[in-house]
Amino acid sequence: MRELLLCPPDYYGIEYEINPWMSRARGAETALAQKQWHQLHATLSALDCKVHLIAPQQGLPDMVFTANAGLTVGRKFIPSNFRHKERAGEQPFFAKWMQQCGYEASWLPENLYFEGEGDALFSGDVLFCGYKFRSDIQSHRTVADMLGCLAISVELIDPRFYHLDTCFCPLPDGGAFWFPMAFDDYGQRAIREHIIDLIDVSPEEATHFSCNAVILGRDIVLPEGAPQLVTKLEHRGYRCHALPMSEFIKAGGACKCLVMFMPQRESVA
Amino acid sequence: MFSETIELRGHIIDSLILPKVLDQILTHGANFKITEINIGRKRADQSFARIEVSAETTDALDDLILRLRQHGAEVTKREDALLASAPADGVFPRDFYVTTNQQTFVRFDGKEIEVQPAMMDSAIAVDRKRGAARAVKFFDVCKGDEIVVGHQGVRVVPVQRATSRTDVFQFINTIIDADEPKSAIIRELAGELQRARRAKGRIAVVVGPAIVRTDAGQHLVRLIESRYIDRLFAGNSFAAYDVERALFGTSLGISPDLAFSRGGRENLVRAVNTIREAGGIATAVQKKILTSGIMHACVRHNVDIVLTGSIRGEGSIPGVTTDAIEAQKVMREKLTDVTHALLLATLQHSLAVASMLAPTVKTVCVDIDPSAVERAVEHQPLQSIGLVTDVEPFLRELADCVTGSKL
Repeated sequence: MRELLLCPPDYYGIEYEINPWMSRARGAETALAQKQWHQLHATLSALDCKVHLIAPQQGLPDMVFTANAGLTVGRKFIPSNFRHKERAGEQPFFAKWMQQCGYEASWLPENLYFEGEGDALFSGDVLFCGYKFRSDIQSHRTVADMLGCLAISVELIDPRFYHLDTCFCPLPDGGAFWFPMAFDDYGQRAIREHIIDLIDVSPEEATHFSCNAVILGRDIVLPEGAPQLVTKLEHRGYRCHALPMSEFIKAGGACKCLVMFMPQRESVA
Repeated sequence: MFSETIELRGHIIDSLILPKVLDQILTHGANFKITEINIGRKRADQSFARIEVSAETTDALDDLILRLRQHGAEVTKREDALLASAPADGVFPRDFYVTTNQQTFVRFDGKEIEVQPAMMDSAIAVDRKRGAARAVKFFDVCKGDEIVVGHQGVRVVPVQRATSRTDVFQFINTIIDADEPKSAIIRELAGELQRARRAKGRIAVVVGPAIVRTDAGQHLVRLIESRYIDRLFAGNSFAAYDVERALFGTSLGISPDLAFSRGGRENLVRAVNTIREAGGIATAVQKKILTSGIMHACVRHNVDIVLTGSIRGEGSIPGVTTDAIEAQKVMREKLTDVTHALLLATLQHSLAVASMLAPTVKTVCVDIDPSAVERAVEHQPLQSIGLVTDVEPFLRELADCVTGSKL
């Protein structure tokens, strides 16, 4: 059974602007955000998985986006080094919590930015890593060394899709759905060379954060607003659970950003 | 050219980071040379590449390096060159760095200085106070001079093959053998000489006695009269043969106008004596003693004549530099601004000149001996054409092409 880490949105709000989605003037509706998060929690809990909760911290509104806590493989947890100082305070809480759960922390050098599962997603044994806006490419090779796996580094070029998990989502059958225009030509080619069955997401559906989905076996939990993608996924035999995520999209996140897998992968061959 | 060495590590092949970095270097108008590459064998193995990146200006290089760093490129730290004192006048320290004719930089006190001039088979003397580095021959070095030893801190920037425009030199860049057609290439060469003249280039010709003996001198004269030659390098005997031909109509006693004739050295010695008596070639022309031939054409059209003597010479013509070291200095000085060099039918003199040319000089070597052509051309591997042929038909056709008329 898959285990997931979530963080209740008690202190969630848009208190700073570190990506093009965030606007302090517009803000997020607290009550609605709470409702949307609980709906996600309930949907996931009803699927075949175990949900863990970390205690939210005042002054760390983005802690709700647990995908950026780090990357977990087997019993190894690689804590993130956040690029923005606004989020750097989350690191010790996540690291401590994971260690208390029995995970061994493998620390990256402090000078390498790495934002965890947000920029590192496995497709089979290959770890796809996004770089430029948040994670440094140099962190990828250290992560690859720590895990002993092949890491494919792809450059993200659209600031709206600043983490890999906002524009790329691997599927358990070896395929993936993605928004190709978020990558440069070389990144697109590198992904195409390693993943044959790719579902392109339209620009309109991509801006609804459709790629920011949680995959649990044949179940896919994704933000609503992507009927074409849902049809394609259902055609491949997946069950889609589309949820309202408007208040989190205002901060540049959705279903996947709110979840970290414990672990994302049991082992790397 | 300014350059930095960068290193790439990681899964740079699968991620296409290596081709991306190389493409970025080229699209920014810079060049690269992969000095080391190590490709991982197993799937999870990481790869490594060390790349020398060079750009026209430091600003362009800095800007490019900044971009490449985003893709994981790390700039390698450079070490200063190691120096040792010359143990005696005219002696380099052991392990001294031997130069090539390529642009070379040496790093000391954390700065990179270009070695001047780019001169092969020399050592590099460093003057810390003046922040200068110069290529020195044995006769230039004094006891205690600081000389670069080993390869550390020395960087060579080879001439790169142009990517934007391809001229005949870069396109052909090979040796045309005796049994291959030559007319098309000679036409291209004529076009190149015409372009060079328009662009105020400096064309040097290095000539051997075979030009006079095969009666090709008249074609060289046509090139001189049409202002395609700025400087003429030759040995004492070339000048002597040319003067003999002008004064007596023979070369080594043989008249080219007769099918069968007996030769002899008498006319040659008399010719040299006549010039010595006149006080030199230029005065012989002024006094109308010398009224034809290549030397005469050079004087009349202000072609710089650089004559350096040989051991076999018959007693030299006035103006010939006979001291070998002095001759090298003179030749080197006269070659500094040369853009094109025609090395015609003279092995030793061609090799001497070729070894002194800057790597950017476009070179044509013509000789009937294939090994002579090969040896001369290998000094300028990216900018030279060799033709294995008798020099007379070559010069005839070249002169026809550039002057637009036939003899």
